[in-house]
Amino acid sequence: MAVQELVSRALAHDVRAVSRLISIVEDRREGFEEVYASIYPHTGKAHVIGVTGPPGSGKSTFVDKMALEYRAAGRTVGVVAVDPTSPFSGGALLGDRLRMQRHALDEGVFIRSMGTRGRLGGLSTATSGAVDVLDAAGFDVVLIETVGVGQSEVEIASLADTVILIQVPGLGDDIQVIKAGIMEIGDVFVVNKKDRPGVERVVAEIKMALDLSAPGGHPEGGADRDADRRQWRPPILMTMAESGEGVAEVVEACAAHLEHLGGAGLMERRLRRARAETMEIVSQRIWRGLRERPDARQEAERLAAAIAERRIDPYSAAIDLYKLLISAESARG
Amino acid sequence: MDENRKIRVLVAKPGLDGHDRGAKVIARALRDAGMEVVYTGLRQTPEQIVAAAIQEDVDVVAMSILSGAHGHLFPRVTQLLKERGVDDVLVIGGGIIPDEDIPALKAAGVAEVFTPGTSTAETVKFIREHVKR
Ligand SMILES: Nc1nc2c(ncn2[C@@H]2O[C@H](COP(=O)(O)OP(=O)(O)O)[C@@H](O)[C@H]2O)c(=O)[nH]1
Ligand SMILES: [Mg+2]
Repeated sequence: MAVQELVSRALAHDVRAVSRLISIVEDRREGFEEVYASIYPHTGKAHVIGVTGPPGSGKSTFVDKMALEYRAAGRTVGVVAVDPTSPFSGGALLGDRLRMQRHALDEGVFIRSMGTRGRLGGLSTATSGAVDVLDAAGFDVVLIETVGVGQSEVEIASLADTVILIQVPGLGDDIQVIKAGIMEIGDVFVVNKKDRPGVERVVAEIKMALDLSAPGGHPEGGADRDADRRQWRPPILMTMAESGEGVAEVVEACAAHLEHLGGAGLMERRLRRARAETMEIVSQRIWRGLRERPDARQEAERLAAAIAERRIDPYSAAIDLYKLLISAESARG
Repeated sequence: MDENRKIRVLVAKPGLDGHDRGAKVIARALRDAGMEVVYTGLRQTPEQIVAAAIQEDVDVVAMSILSGAHGHLFPRVTQLLKERGVDDVLVIGGGIIPDEDIPALKAAGVAEVFTPGTSTAETVKFIREHVKR
């Protein structure tokens, strides 16, 4: 089917069209740039919420219950659930959906599972593509579930308007007390599995870490933080995702956060996303040119030999190669 | 950039029996063969399976069944796919299925039926050779 027809059907909320468009942008199939150009003007309306935390902390269970809350309030929900790709086989077992299948027959919920696929530039471009398709298709809220194991938290933070960081009791201090750089991205903290012992301690630890990084504690320390974080004190909420207890309060906190961001704060976040995304795309295109264009590879090889024989220095060589790449890019349009 | 493409498989367990060991074994084998496997778990209705297959845009729906209800459930899935206009998804089944039931399942659009003796390698090979896109 022609890309344009898929796009207009997806904008009219056609499930198969939405699904196929996500595949096109995820795989960067032929025509994905055209898809992007057509859907992008329709994006920016959804409240994009990232949910991250350690494996097994209950993210999928929690996302399932959040979707229930939003549906009860009459809002439609898109979910992008990301699980790690096996570095050995390149395959992935995508099990998040298992906890969300109750929504399968509800047209107001669209769930899409995704593997990390060890992508260049990580996860961000493929995930943001799926989020944009769901946003354009008119889903009111888009929830992104990612495994919090490091870099990916930071990447979804730049994608989401609101980031929920889930912690659980019983993982041991080192995992819990919360790696530098990750605390900063949480807008709402959730301590899940409140039926388990040790919840209060986790709450106290988060509170302490927040106090340390709060603007009050660190008069000068907010330089790398958004303006919005200077006033927003992230709430710490306890939940039992299994039963749904406490999830309504988290949904409320997300709404409060969005309201707090207001027009200007939201714009600041989206500007940050736009910057990161554009840089990422530019660098991917350069890499792709180096990989795929025979003339570029040949030239790279020739220059490498010239460098090794001291006929040219690496910096001049790099500039020559770069010029070749961008002239080839602009010739291709 | 179609080298980014992966074979995506929905592994589902329709019917009421409560065992998904077989489904999990095949899910892992397909993952180890480099495929992306969406696992939907136990007691899925044909309607749920088809809705998930569409949202996940999978190339293959692989169902495993032990309860003897295959004669009804498998054809229901292929029928629902057809009703939704989905004609590019490969449907395969596995489980304890008597040989004499297999021709009817194939006539209903199930591409292949793998009985307990089949190695997972054979299933992998079949999928690789028969995905429709
Ligand atoms: N005790 C308890 N278990 C929970 C709770 N929420 C989720 N779980 C369980 O934790 C396990 C992991 O849940 P899952 O949602 O898959 O976690 P994820 O890996 O973070 O997505 C499952 O067995 C859930 O049933 C909770 O509030 N309390
Ligand atoms: Mg999960």
